[in-house]
Parts: sequence; C-alpha cells; structure tokens
Amino acid sequence: MPTSPRPALGRAQWILRLRLPTQPLVRHVVLALGGAAILYLITSSLSPYNDFEVGEIALYVIALAGLSLLTGVNGQISLGHGAFMAVGAYAAALLMTHTHLNFLVELLASIGAAGLLGLVIGIPATRLKGPYLAGMTLLLALALPPIADKWSTTFGGDQGLTTTVPTAPGTINPEEWLAWIQIIGALIVLVLLANLLRSRFGRSFRAVRDDEIAASLSGIHVARTKVIAFVISAACAGLAGAFLGLSTGVVNTGEFPLTLSIQLLAAMVLGGTGTLMGMWWGAVLLVYLPQWSTSLSGDFNLGSGASAYLATIIFGVVLIVVMIAAPTGIQGGLRWGWGRLSALGPRPRFGPPSVPERPGEALHLSRTAEK
Amino acid sequence: MGLFVNITLDGIANGMIFAALALALVLIFRATRIVNFAQGALGMMTTFIASSLLDRGVGYWWAFLAVLAVGFVMGAMVERLLIRPLQGKSELNPVIVTIGLLVVLEGLAGTIYGNSSRGFPAAYSQSGLTVGHTKIAFSHFDVFILVSVLVLMTATLVLFRATSLGLRMRASAFAGEISRLLGVRVGLLLTLGWALAGVAGSLAGLLVAPTSSFGPYYMDLVLVYAFTAAVIGGLESPVGALIGGLITGLSISYVGGYLGSGLQPLGALVLLMVALMARPEGIFARPPARRV
Repeated sequence: MPTSPRPALGRAQWILRLRLPTQPLVRHVVLALGGAAILYLITSSLSPYNDFEVGEIALYVIALAGLSLLTGVNGQISLGHGAFMAVGAYAAALLMTHTHLNFLVELLASIGAAGLLGLVIGIPATRLKGPYLAGMTLLLALALPPIADKWSTTFGGDQGLTTTVPTAPGTINPEEWLAWIQIIGALIVLVLLANLLRSRFGRSFRAVRDDEIAASLSGIHVARTKVIAFVISAACAGLAGAFLGLSTGVVNTGEFPLTLSIQLLAAMVLGGTGTLMGMWWGAVLLVYLPQWSTSLSGDFNLGSGASAYLATIIFGVVLIVVMIAAPTGIQGGLRWGWGRLSALGPRPRFGPPSVPERPGEALHLSRTAEK
Repeated sequence: MGLFVNITLDGIANGMIFAALALALVLIFRATRIVNFAQGALGMMTTFIASSLLDRGVGYWWAFLAVLAVGFVMGAMVERLLIRPLQGKSELNPVIVTIGLLVVLEGLAGTIYGNSSRGFPAAYSQSGLTVGHTKIAFSHFDVFILVSVLVLMTATLVLFRATSLGLRMRASAFAGEISRLLGVRVGLLLTLGWALAGVAGSLAGLLVAPTSSFGPYYMDLVLVYAFTAAVIGGLESPVGALIGGLITGLSISYVGGYLGSGLQPLGALVLLMVALMARPEGIFARPPARRV
C-alpha cells in the first residue's frame, strides 16, 4: 500500500490556514475576545482563591506590557517600575479614603498620577544612554517608598491605606468580580498597546530604538517619542499598581520594594522583551514563583524566611540565564517554533507581506556602530 | 553651628566610602562601558565572608586582607563568566545581567547568613574624637576610612599614570583593537580592571558595614549613591569619583540632617537628575568628540 507523508500534513493544514483578520483593530479585538472567553471558562471553574490569582496575573500583565513597550520596543530600560506602581496604588487609595468618586475616575487618576511621574522621569531620560537611565530608575525605586513613610499621616505609615473594591453585582463572588475587573483592564490595555505598536507611534518607537540619528533624519521627533513611550509605560504601571492595591486590600510601602521592580524586569525578560503576549508567561511567574519557592524551601528544610530569598535567587538566575542563553524569552521561542511549523504549510498567496516582529531585538543590536 | 560641623564631617566620611565604590564603577566603566550594578552586592558578599572569618577567630587585619583578595577573584570571575559572553550585544544586556547578579547575591547572602542583621566590627573606635574640649562627630574609624580610601585612590592613580601596566590598561580601554595589534593582551587587562574594581568594592563594603544595619540589602543605597557620585565625576576619572563622592556624601548628609534621613535617596535622585541634565558627560570627563 503506497503511503505518502502528505495526508498527515493535510489534516493539520486547516490549523495552518487559519488567518486572523488583518485589520489591526479588528484583529486585536478578536484576539482579546477570544482571550476573554478562555479566561471566563478558567475563572468560572476555579475556586475563589484561584480567581484571585488569575486577577493578579492580569494586573501584572498590565505592568509588564508597559515595561515591554518601553524596554523592548523603545529601547529605554527601567529598573524602577515598582515606583510607578506605588504612585498609582497610592493615588487610587488616597481617593478611595478621602472621596466618593466613581471607581473608574479613581483608576483614571492613578493612571494620570503615574503618567505624570513618568513625564518627570522621562524628560531627563531622553538624554541618557542605557546604563545612566538604569541607574537613575534604580535610584527612583529606592527613593519613592521612604517618602510615604516620611509623611505618614497622609500616606498611612506602616499601616498603609485601605482600598475598597466596588460591590459585585448579583450573585458573583467578590474574588471573581475583582478578577474580572483586572482581566478586563488587562485586555483593554493589551488591545490599546497592540494597536499603538502597529501604528505610526509604534514604528517611531522602534526606529528611535534602532538608530536615533536615522530616526530624526526621517522626521521623527526623537525626544518627544521617548517621552511618550515613558509616559505610556508609567501609566500602565500606575493602573497595575491601583489593581494591586485592590488585590491586597491595603497599600503600604512594604509592597513596593526594589525587588518588585527587579522581578518585573525578570518577568518581562523571561516572557520575551518587546512582546505583549509573552507578558502572560512573565505574569504567571510573578504570581506563582513565590509559592513554588515556599514549597521548595520546605522540601529542603531551608528554614523560615529562606523562601523569599530563594524566589529572589530564582529571579536573578532567570535574568542572567535568559540574557546569556535566550534573549528572546519564551514568546520568542514560541514564535520561532510557530514560524518553523508555518513554513511547512501553504503560504498565503495574497494579503500584506508579513512583517516579522523579532522579540528581544533591543537586546540583539550590535554595538559596533557606536565605535 | 555645631550641628552643621558634625553633619559636614559625617558627609565627608560617607563621601569617602561612596568614592571608593564609585572608583570601582569607574574602573569598569572606562574599560568596558558597563556599569556594574552588582558591585555593591559583591562588596556585601565579601563582607559577609569577612564576618564568617571573624566568627571563626581570624584576626581583623587578616580577614581584611583575605577579603580584598576574595573581592579581586570575584571581580575577575564575574567578568569572565557573565560579562564576556555578552560582548558585542546591546548595552542593555550587561545592565540586566549585573542586576540579575545583584539579586542572586542578595538572595544567597540571605539564605546562607539569615535575615537578622548582625553587627560588624570596626577597625578602630567609633566614638568621636575630642578637639579642644568638644567632642566632634569624627571618630578614629572615620580617620581610617579617610586614609584607606585616599591610599586606594593614590594607588589607582599611580597604577594608571606611572606604570607600564597602567598604560597598557588605558590603551586597551581607549583603543582596544589597536592595542591588540600592538601586542597588548586586551582581554586579560579587562579582567584585571574588573578584579581591581572588586577590591575597591570589597573595601567599601568593609567600611560601610560597621555604621549600617549590616544585612543582605545594606549596600543597595550605597550603590546608588556611589553611582550618583560616579556620574557627577563623569564615570571615567578616578579623581572625578573622589570629588563626586564628596559632593554626594555632603549633599546626602545635609538632606538627612535638616530634612530627615527618609528623604536622602530622593535628595540623591534630584542631585543625579540635575547632574545629568546640566552636564551629562560629568565634570571631569572630556566632552565626547562625537555622539553617534
């Protein structure tokens, strides 16, 4: 009986032939609705505590997507994104404590406050090269939390400020309701950012990252572009901070140590610098690694307190290993695999030429041009 | 008036320590264009090693010397194992890798030595000297800080200005390709630069430990202050590191003395932003011939 390798491929071909709409807005909204459907199935089948964790994953996706845009797409590094999260969290919590504004207004205020700080940091950042900006943002992460301790009557000192989640409609349990607020927030942010990256702004972000002089010769206002990227990124972190405050119930300085900023960087790098979808991998790591390291340190009898350090070590090792061995992260690896798979299938005869986005591009650029 | 004098003296002592760590950053930056954000954590690690040696009954000065040697070896190892593989990539990669090393070292120190901050002895008495009849906020140990950092600075300057090894190091930092053609072992000298930075960082760690809550994170703030100092000095010049260290130390001291210690990091941030806005290339660096 003659056998040929074709039928196996033929059966799989319908998967390879699936094409998303090419119009960016439609495409991203379709993707987001698909994601929402999957997440709805997940949250409705999980226990309330797991719903809470899914919500946390969603909020970290927001912060990581902003960081990925800044570092991966625009080439500016931030070691202080925890500080922007802190500003967003405190802004929302202050409004919740002192006013009775609409919940959405409070969220917008936290976005605005963090965006404003992003403007203050982003303007000097336009003149700085990599390591200088890294040092300045590192200092920012260390400088902001003590301010809340200094004016403890306003910011609640060690106790912090309490946050209130809007009451859930109907019979939805509060954890699931909070998770859905955070998931919807994350999906909206991802759609907006994905559109932005496919727009003129996104292209100028990349152009500035790759070659500032060439970008300015092409008519791009380099400084303005960098500031815009910084403000958008900080605003995302602010929203994530407000959501983090809702998850924890209180906002105090202990929640925004330097390690948070560095963990965000590690999660972003692992997920795939410059990608948006890869941030889901990073966010899963951020939420679950502390738990894994707690059980791991229990297995090895490392004693109490060691689990936090173990998580820290793992984050550090992730940073080093990914940078040296696989700078494109998980999403980069998946895209490579998908690219190999797609190459087996039929090629589209019509449609726009595919523009390969290379995650981690910012980390590949050769420095030879500088010398 | 007495308060002002004491704050100033305190600022000078702190500034000298920042200068030592800033010198470590400068040694690496001028050779490889990399800021080693793990430099403080390396100093923290070597100081923990010193603490273990002291616990086992090793004399203070033997531990002191042993730890400077350990700093030398660790600096060299970091360059060979972590930084060398990144050559030719974007300037963000070494930043991220050194940050990773920073948290790995802090996590290791926390796991091995525990959470509680332990004391670390000073080489000399930490009670203030008496000048005339008044006691000032400058101790024997502060004098030791001053002298040891000045010795370190002088040794560095002599190495770079007056020895053939220093000349080769400057040459390989300035024009690596040409130096290699002329027979200079550029790779080895880069490693040597990192190793010397490790010595300076270890010294800073030993000098900070007695006056701070000695634990895994005690060098975090010192590192960012030293970075501020190094940037003010231009990130290229050892003398700039010294002046930058004193400027940073004094500014931080005045902010702490008059506004409260919680605002010190913010004061440093403002200082750094002003320095970067006003003179991004630093006070002591030659303006770049071209910016590409």
